[in-house]
Formats: sequence, structure tokens, C-alpha cells
Amino acid sequence: MNSVSAMPPKSFEVKPKLDESGTPIGELLEISMGPHHPSTHGVFRMDVVLDGETVVKLKPVFGYLHRNHEKIGENISYLASMPYTDRLDYFCSMTNNWAYALAVEKLAGLAVPERAEYIRVIMAELTRLQNHTCLIGFFVQDMGALGTPMMYAFREREKILDLFESVSGARMMCNYLRFGGVRVDVNDEWIAQTKKVVSDYSRFLDEFGTFLTENEIVLARTQFIGVMPKALAVNASITGPMLRAAGVNYDLRKVDQYGIYRRFNFQVPVGEHGDIYDRYMVRVLEMRESIKILEQALRDIPAGPVMDPKSKLRGFRPKPGEVYGRVEGPKGELGFYLISDGSPNPYRYRVRPPSFINLTLLEDMCLGHRISDAVVILGSVDIVLGEVDR
Amino acid sequence: METLEQIKARIESVLPSAKIEILANECALGERSLLVDAAGGFAAAKFLRDDAQLKLDYCSNVTGIDWPEKEFIEKIKVKQTVDGAEKEIEEVKKTLRPGFLEVVYHLYSMELKQGPVVLRLRTENRADQTHLPSLTPLWRGAEFQEREVYDLYGVIFDGHPDLRRILMWDEFVGFPMRRDYIAPDDFEYEPTPHDEVLVEAKKHYPVEVKTEAKPEAKA
Repeated sequence: MNSVSAMPPKSFEVKPKLDESGTPIGELLEISMGPHHPSTHGVFRMDVVLDGETVVKLKPVFGYLHRNHEKIGENISYLASMPYTDRLDYFCSMTNNWAYALAVEKLAGLAVPERAEYIRVIMAELTRLQNHTCLIGFFVQDMGALGTPMMYAFREREKILDLFESVSGARMMCNYLRFGGVRVDVNDEWIAQTKKVVSDYSRFLDEFGTFLTENEIVLARTQFIGVMPKALAVNASITGPMLRAAGVNYDLRKVDQYGIYRRFNFQVPVGEHGDIYDRYMVRVLEMRESIKILEQALRDIPAGPVMDPKSKLRGFRPKPGEVYGRVEGPKGELGFYLISDGSPNPYRYRVRPPSFINLTLLEDMCLGHRISDAVVILGSVDIVLGEVDR
Repeated sequence: METLEQIKARIESVLPSAKIEILANECALGERSLLVDAAGGFAAAKFLRDDAQLKLDYCSNVTGIDWPEKEFIEKIKVKQTVDGAEKEIEEVKKTLRPGFLEVVYHLYSMELKQGPVVLRLRTENRADQTHLPSLTPLWRGAEFQEREVYDLYGVIFDGHPDLRRILMWDEFVGFPMRRDYIAPDDFEYEPTPHDEVLVEAKKHYPVEVKTEAKPEAKA
């Protein structure tokens, strides 16, 4: 593990290839991809230097959506940050809420009632389902299959968003969790509806898989492209499906067993080669595992309150101290680091954004590949700019 | 996993020159942290990464914290003899803590599935001595996060391969996450300010902008 060089590739001074007499062959072409390029998933820019069509240098440029989320978080109360966390990774507001609630509960020593824990797991796994489905849709679109696969994915996603909307009032900006529980209880009708959506989901995955998993174009564009070595992935703090596709079995649901994840029977899919195809496959298999968790959670959910009676919404002042709370978000480890000085606002409010850190190895993965592959590699990282730039 | 005291003792046995302190955490569920001086920071971090019992191969989170100069006021009761009678008099004792910037690393082990060890490094002050060793040569995952700490707090990481601003634009002046940072109110430059914006804009452009007389239409 320690044989890995942690330093980034030395692509600062790239020069065109030389022929035998020492004169350069052709010229290098520097292009700026983004921030309004359709395949950068938002306002993200890559400074790419090309030798012919081959990438010889690639520097990601961030900050077009920067709003200093952390500074805002330090100037408002603990609870007021909750809706802001929805806007980090706006595909997965439920898991963002959970990560933040987990950190604050650790800080204030709040307990979460049984029923609320089950609801949280259900929401988080539904989020994972819809995030991975959309990602695969986008990612196939990056390979040139315009429209259709993405619309298939969005059709299924909308069914899950309807569930979110009926319980929290909003499709994407749910703002549903509270410190010590969840905001409102779910009713039996909702649970019955969720059971139906979940039981139909495997059929959709079968259908989607028939089109994509053995598709010749998908295989040609993804296998052995953008390979990430296992040791380098660990060293570069890659998390989530990206890390597991590289062959490292590290899932916080198993490692930290936060919430009530220890009660569920599920497996952690792990890749072998660390290429784009493995990343695709790990996500597909993870969705199958999520369905298993959902079936168990929907079967076992007990009756009871959904808020800790000790928790209070107004005048919430945790005692001084600091905590780091993390959950396994659909994109990787989402962590919140909080320092309290006893006042109503956090002294320090830090978000550990998984998709930002997962971009660390973007250049390493793209070097030596074609520019068209760089688009697919970026698609397989699964970034959301609301979280990358904060 | 070993306790922090054991880890501290082992680092000290390998690196006698490093000054290590264990910082308490008032939060019961939170972790205590290891504070290492800047000179020994890199070697201590390398030890934590390579040690066979710890194997902290995963640097999860890198954060900056700004601690400005702060005055602590303590009230002490002092016995004094006033006019022959002994009395207790309250005295106010003021201590000044100099300001500094702090960088926090949350280290875990993916191989042994343990952690975290919280490592802290502190700069000398907040003004001119803001250098710290970069841990990017040890953990590549710190690359972007250290750039972010540099960008928002102004900590200069020696040995970082590519220390540039990352979220703010390159021409930006100042470090916005510092506690004493005052945001300018004319981020959104308007070529023809009016109303409240004009009042604000006048603070930034002390010379009054004269509106030029319109050239007369040619006959």
C-alpha cells in the first residue's frame, strides 16, 4: 500500500512528442471544456490539453457554483442549516439531512426513536435507488445514447420522488429529518405505496439491465477505460461506489453501522478491475441490495413516536465540543464536522463532500485516453456541482 | 484500537523531537485529538500512516479552523488586608490567547477498519506565520482539501504540489472563512449604480463619478 506515490501526475509541463531528429510532431491543443458543456453535469470546467485526441493534461476547475455554504452555516442556527443541506447534493437531500442530523445528534447526545430510524433507512435507500438510476441514465447519455435511457431512468425516479413529495411536501428539497427523529410520520397508505414501488423496481432494473449491461457499445466504451488502481483509490480518499469498484470493501453501513443498519441482511458489491464498467456494475448491484434492505425495513417497521421528546426545535444550544459524523451517501462518504462553543450557531460547520474528493483522481484516470473517454469517465464519477462547489 | 495515550507514547519514542499534546473534547461522543507541532507534523503523520498497528491509510476529512485572538476573563477571589481587617476582594484576571489557524485531519484505516485519529496542526499566528507542512505527499486525498483550506483560510502548505485557489477565483483577495473577514458589498458590480446600490458604491469609489454631459447632436 505504501508503494503508491501520493503525488499527482506531473502534467504541468507537457510538450508535444518529438520525432527522431528532435523536432516536435504537431502541436498540443489546449481546450477549455465547460463550464457550459452539456456533459459536465453542471457548471464544471476542465482545462484539457490534447495531443491529437489523447488527453495529456487535465485540470478540473471548480467554484462556479460556490456560495460558501460553510460560512452560511456558521452564521445561522443549527436547525436553519437543515434546509441548506438539501441543496448540497440536490439529488439526495434525504441522505444529506441524515448526515447532518447524525452529526448534531452525536454532538447533543440525542436518541432517535425506533420508528424514525426505520423511516430514515427507508428514505436513504430510496434515495440511493433514484440517485443510481439517474446516474446511469446520465452516464449512458454521455456515451451518446441521447434521451431515451435517461427518460426511462427519470420515469422511475419520479415514482420515488412522488413518495418523497407525499411525505415531506417537496420532491427534491425534502428537509425531512430533524435532530432526534423525522418531521412527520408516514401513514400506512404511504407504506403500502412504497412497497408497491419497491416490488416493481426489480422488474425495471431487469429491463434496464437487458438494454445496457451487455450492450456492445457500453462494453466497448467502458471496459478497461479510466482504470483506478486499488491502492491509489484508498490513498486518494475515494469513497462510495467508486472505491468499491476498485476492489476495496469499505461501506460505512457495514463499517460504522450507524442507525440500525446492523439489523439488515445485505451484501456489499465489490468490483475487480476498477474501470468504468465496474463502477456501472457496482451501482446496479447496489440497487439490488437497496431493494433487499427496503423490503426488510418495510416489513419490520414498528409503530411508535418519530421524535425524541428531549429534542427541541427552538433554543437549541448543544454543549461545547466537536464531532465528526459520517454516513454512506449514494456518492460516497458524506461527513459533517461540527464545533460547538455553546452558542445557538455552530462555531465551525464543515461538509466533507464526497463527489468533490472523488474528483481528485480525475486527471489520473483520463491521462492517455481519448477526449471522448474523458466525458464518460467524468460521468462515471457521479458528481453534483451543488456539492462539489458548495 | 489503541488509546490516544498509547499512540502518543509510541510516536514520542520514535520521534523524540516532536511535541505532542492530547486535546480534550467536551462532547462525550466526540473524539479527542492529537495536536502535533508544525515541525514534527509530517513525520508524525507518516508514522500514523505506516505503522503496522494503526495503518491509517485513509485521510477522510481535512478542515481549517480559525481561532482569532481571544481574551479570557477570569474572576479570582484574593484575600487582602484592608484597614486591618482581612477581606476577600474579587480581582479580574485577563489572559490573552494569541490567534492561530488550525488544520484538522480525520484519519481512518480502511484496511483494519478502525479510526478515527484526529490530527491537528497549528500555525504560529494568523498574519505572517501561516506555514504548515502539506500532508498531500502522504495522502493524495488531502490535495483538493488542502487547496480549499488555503483558499478559504490562508494556510500555506509547504510541499503541496499545486497550491492554488480552488473555489474562489484566482484574483480574489482575502480569505473568506476567517472570522474577521468582511464581505465587500459590491460583489455584483453595476456599471450604473442607483438607489441603495449607489450609496454603497460611493464607499468604494471615493471619487465622485461625474456624469458626462451628452454631446450635442450635430446639426
